[in-house]
Amino acid sequence: MDFRDSPEEAEFRARLRAWLADNNPRLPTSSTDDKYWAGQAEWHTSLHDAGFFGLSWPSRYGGQDLPPVFDVILDEELTSAGAPPRPSLGYLVQGLTVHASDEVKDRFLPGIISGRDRWCQGFSEPDAGSDLASLRTTAVRDGDDYVIDGHKIWTSYSDVADWCFLLARTDRDVPKHKGISSFAVPMHQPGIEQRPLRMINGITSEFGQVLFDGARVPAANMIGEPGEGWRIAMTIVSHEREPGELGYVARYAKTVQELEASVRADPGAFRGDQREAVAWAHVQTEMLRLHVCRRLSERLDGIDHGPGGSIDKLLMTWVEQTVGAAALDVSGAAAATDTDNLALKIYLYGRAQSVMGGTSQIQKGIVATRILGLPTA
Amino acid sequence: MDTRDTPEQAELRRSAGQLARELAPATVADLDDTTRAKRLAGAVREAGWLELRDDAGDGAPLASAVEAAIVAEALGASVADVAFSGPVLAADLARRAGVPLPDNAAIVLAPSLTVTAAVAGEQTTTPVYAVDAGSEPLDAVYALVSTEAGHRLGRLALEAVTVTPEGSDLTRSVRGITSGAPVHIADQRGPLTDDDLASWTALGLALTSADLVGVMRGVLGVTVAYAAERQQFGVPVGSFQAVQHLLAEAQCLMEGSASVAAYASWAVDELEPNDARATGRVAKAYCARAARTVCETAIQVHGGIGNTWECIAHVYLRRALLSSEWFGDDGEQLHELQRERLGVTDGLS
Repeated sequence: MDFRDSPEEAEFRARLRAWLADNNPRLPTSSTDDKYWAGQAEWHTSLHDAGFFGLSWPSRYGGQDLPPVFDVILDEELTSAGAPPRPSLGYLVQGLTVHASDEVKDRFLPGIISGRDRWCQGFSEPDAGSDLASLRTTAVRDGDDYVIDGHKIWTSYSDVADWCFLLARTDRDVPKHKGISSFAVPMHQPGIEQRPLRMINGITSEFGQVLFDGARVPAANMIGEPGEGWRIAMTIVSHEREPGELGYVARYAKTVQELEASVRADPGAFRGDQREAVAWAHVQTEMLRLHVCRRLSERLDGIDHGPGGSIDKLLMTWVEQTVGAAALDVSGAAAATDTDNLALKIYLYGRAQSVMGGTSQIQKGIVATRILGLPTA
Repeated sequence: MDTRDTPEQAELRRSAGQLARELAPATVADLDDTTRAKRLAGAVREAGWLELRDDAGDGAPLASAVEAAIVAEALGASVADVAFSGPVLAADLARRAGVPLPDNAAIVLAPSLTVTAAVAGEQTTTPVYAVDAGSEPLDAVYALVSTEAGHRLGRLALEAVTVTPEGSDLTRSVRGITSGAPVHIADQRGPLTDDDLASWTALGLALTSADLVGVMRGVLGVTVAYAAERQQFGVPVGSFQAVQHLLAEAQCLMEGSASVAAYASWAVDELEPNDARATGRVAKAYCARAARTVCETAIQVHGGIGNTWECIAHVYLRRALLSSEWFGDDGEQLHELQRERLGVTDGLS
């Protein structure tokens, strides 16, 4: 058990710190401001081109071939520099890495990792949320293409995406989990309409819905085999639940640092319960940072695509909502008198964490049955 | 960075777990089996675990706090009724003060059970408590003494006072010592430094956190097994979503606690003393809150049975309550973290 940087890690940390001193884009807090999303693409490519993104992914695809724990260093240094968190798309990389053919990986992974191609994830539908396998979007073979019809919703980054990692039904005659396939669908075509969704905190970028009306995708863009879509989706969501894959620790820690600074500036201006909420948010965020250290260290034994991500997701959700509640508590009446209040936006955005990537209730069911081995009803 | 166990740590975890499972009480009735308890105490002594923080000869401890925390977690997981953290903490402070400890020695704490000087003059003026000091008669009792020169290690003259067993944990002793014990400075190297005390506090926070992780792991194992077996409405109660979600939440709290407690145990010997203590406070705040919830969940899932003395769930809860208070519970740690991180002074809180 060793939490200290190895010489290679220390060298990397120093290089990253020096780079951040000159290259921090000083974007507003993600999730609270449309300006953040406007600058996010540039941040992604700049982080990648300097050699600081995709750290544990193969150099063949634009990664750095480093051990997974280097992402802990990245998150820590982004936090202490007050820089934006790293782009959250490792789960798509995991899905492609595990399931796609070498040819598909060669075509798509470099663009995802470098940030030059932007992706969204077309899974959820208006009538297929927690019951994802009941999705109705169809992909019907037509010559060398598939033709897509359907409606996806709660689709993050769909407004800026070049590609959609789509789940669609290719076979209606088999049980629902077995008739789904997945595709890399080009977003810039006439059969696709993207509509922004305004989130409860008021931001309009990030979240959207996508309507497919005769959109076309080459059969060569299928990811995995026909009917493999459900297994691919499960690989992706298992990693979409991991704070180590998402890099969210940096986002939470940045908020906690800002809350601590505001209390330190004038401790007497805050009630005991407000100060305790900030101290507790620090405890929770530290717990998650260390949990990520542990999970990414465990990856030295090989990457697990199993149900453990559900534990991580629940821990992460509690942390995000604890931090959001602390921000709200500290802001006092300001959150009630100003709809643009930052703490209010952070708090409101946090409500989504117990829904996105599978609700907390779905996660608890997975933990109970697949980790604790409790019987199903 | 690699937070996995080394092969030696993994082996210690395995052997400590096995020993605890074999010799610790499996039922409440087992607590009365003194032959078993004596075998357990003998096995822990034989394994050398009580000496992990003794002086290796150069002033450094024989083993790191990580090893001590691994044993503490294993003993907590089986609610092992054997003194471990108490003697280890006594040895650690005695090493820092240069005091050779006799057998059956204990360090006493003030009534808050936190690291506050127990004595401010030439004799104790309040009751003091020896936590996890076993059940044999004590040969020597030491206390932190606050003097003008700083904190000293003093030895209490026990002839003048009464030592009584107290405490709510059924697996570890809390021995109360009435006030009025004369105190003689015993340290050989002058006052303990602030760094000594910060490091010792960090060790106390790490060991109590590790014990709490073990308690959570152990009580969850017992409770999940019960939920899978106990039938109501013709099916196991563990098949009900309401019960499943309680247990899933408890599992998450245990895993989060394990992650944060591991770092606190590593920090004791590897970070600057003040940073190690702050790390311990974070771990203890998280583990104490989590353990309370997890143990309460365990009693709830056991239903009516869980509210009887015969059900082992309350043995875990009682152990968690002592480990939480010992070196300060979550409220205490959050209070101290506010002072350290937010610039809050006492008068404001």
